[in-house]
Amino acid sequence: MGSLEVIFISLPYLLQGALVTLRIVALSLGLGLCMGLPLAVGQVYGSPLTQKIVKFYVWIFRGLPNLVLLFLFFFGIFPSIGIDASAFTTAVVVLGLRSAAYQSQIFRGSILSLGEGQMLAARSLGMSKGQAIKSIILPQAIRLALPGWSNEYPILLTDSSVTYAIGVLEILTRANLVVSRTYQPMPIFLTCAIIFILLNYGGMRLLHYAEGKFRIPGFGNGER
Amino acid sequence: MTTLTQQEDVILRVENIHKSYGNVEVLKGVSFSVRKGETKVFIGPSGTGKSTLLRCINQLTIPDKGQIWLHGEEVTHSKKNINFFRQKMGMVFQNFYLFDHLTALRNVEIALIKVKGMKKDAARDKAMEELSRVGMDSFAQHYPSQLSGGQAQRVSIARALAMDPDVMLFDEPTSALDPELIGEVLEVMKDLARGGMTMLVVTHEPMKSCLWRRGQFWKAGVRKNY
Repeated sequence: MGSLEVIFISLPYLLQGALVTLRIVALSLGLGLCMGLPLAVGQVYGSPLTQKIVKFYVWIFRGLPNLVLLFLFFFGIFPSIGIDASAFTTAVVVLGLRSAAYQSQIFRGSILSLGEGQMLAARSLGMSKGQAIKSIILPQAIRLALPGWSNEYPILLTDSSVTYAIGVLEILTRANLVVSRTYQPMPIFLTCAIIFILLNYGGMRLLHYAEGKFRIPGFGNGER
Repeated sequence: MTTLTQQEDVILRVENIHKSYGNVEVLKGVSFSVRKGETKVFIGPSGTGKSTLLRCINQLTIPDKGQIWLHGEEVTHSKKNINFFRQKMGMVFQNFYLFDHLTALRNVEIALIKVKGMKKDAARDKAMEELSRVGMDSFAQHYPSQLSGGQAQRVSIARALAMDPDVMLFDEPTSALDPELIGEVLEVMKDLARGGMTMLVVTHEPMKSCLWRRGQFWKAGVRKNY
C-alpha cells in the first residue's frame, strides 16, 4: 500500500478518534470550568478553612502527572470504591479535575486583578457578598480570564492523547492501532499530527471569537 | 423642647468609634452627629483616618469599638441585616469604583433591581431620572472607561442617590480628578446640599473644600451685608 492509500483508508477511523478527543476535551473543559470558578471564589472570598481546602486541592492536582492520576483513578480509586467507570469517563474526570485546579488559579488571578473597589462599591449599595460576586465580580473576572483561560484548550487537547495509556479510543490510540497493522508509521502519525493541529486551530479561532464578543467596551486593544 | 426637636433631627450619630490597624490607632474615639439637611466636611491630611471613619459608618470596615446610629437605630451590632442600612447610606468613592462591565445606566439601575427588587422598567426610569439629576443622562449608554473622571464621579453619585439614601458619604470625591473637572462634581454636590440632602464629606484638600464652603458662606454673608 502506498502512503496516500493508507491515509485515505484509515482517515475515517482516525476522524472518529478526533470526535472522541473533542468530546473528552469539551467535557473536561466544562468540568474544569464548573469546578474552577467556585474554587477560585472560595479561595478569594471563602473562610480560612475553605481557602485551605482549595489550596490543598490545587496543590495535589497540579502536583501529580496526568499519567499517574489516570492509572490511580482507573486501576485504583474507581475499582476500590466500586465505580465501574469506562476509560472514557475516567479520562474526562481526571483531565477535568486537573484542569479545575489550573482554571481556579486563572480565575483567582482575574478576580484579584479587579481590585477591592468593585466589591466595596457593590456592598456599599446594599448588595450581599453573594449578589456582588454573581452580578459584579464574576462577569468581569470571567471576561478578563478569557485570554489566559484559552490556554486550557490546547493544553487539554494535547494532554488528552495521554489517555492512550488506559485505552481510550482517541486519535493517538487509533493511529497506533493502524500503524501496528500497516507498518506505515510516517503517514499515519503525520496525519494524526495534522488532525491535532487542525483541531487546535479551530478551537483557538472559536475562543478568539468569544473573546471579541464578550469584550467590555474600552478594554483590550484600544479600539472603541 | 428645642433639644428634643434637635434630637429628632439627628439622622446619623457616631459615638466613640475606635479603629486600629496593628499598633497604629487610626480612630481614637470619634463622636459626632449629623442633623437632617446638614453638610459636614472633615478636612485633614492623608493618613489621618478620615476614609476609615466613613467606611466604619457603613461598616465596610468594622470598627473595634463604638456605635453608629441611623435614625435612632443602631447600625453596629444590629440584628438587622447590614445591607439594609447600607442602602440608606449612599457612598461615593475617591476612585468612583463604577462597575466597569456595565453602562452608566446599568451602573445606576443594577442595585435597584438586585437589592430593591424593582421591576426592570421602573428601575430604568428611576436610573434615568438620577442620571439627569447629575447631568449625565446623555451618557447613559457609555461605559465607565469612555467617561472622563468628572463624568464617572457624577454617575457614581447618581448610583448612590438612586437608592434614596438618608445620608450621603463622600470619600475624597474630587481628589482623583483633574483640576478642570472638579468644578462639575462640586456643582452636583452643591445642588444636593441646597436640595436638603444630608451629607458627610471627607477631603484632604482644604483649598477646594474651603472654596466650596466659602461659596455657601459668602452667599449668606452677602445677603446680610447688602
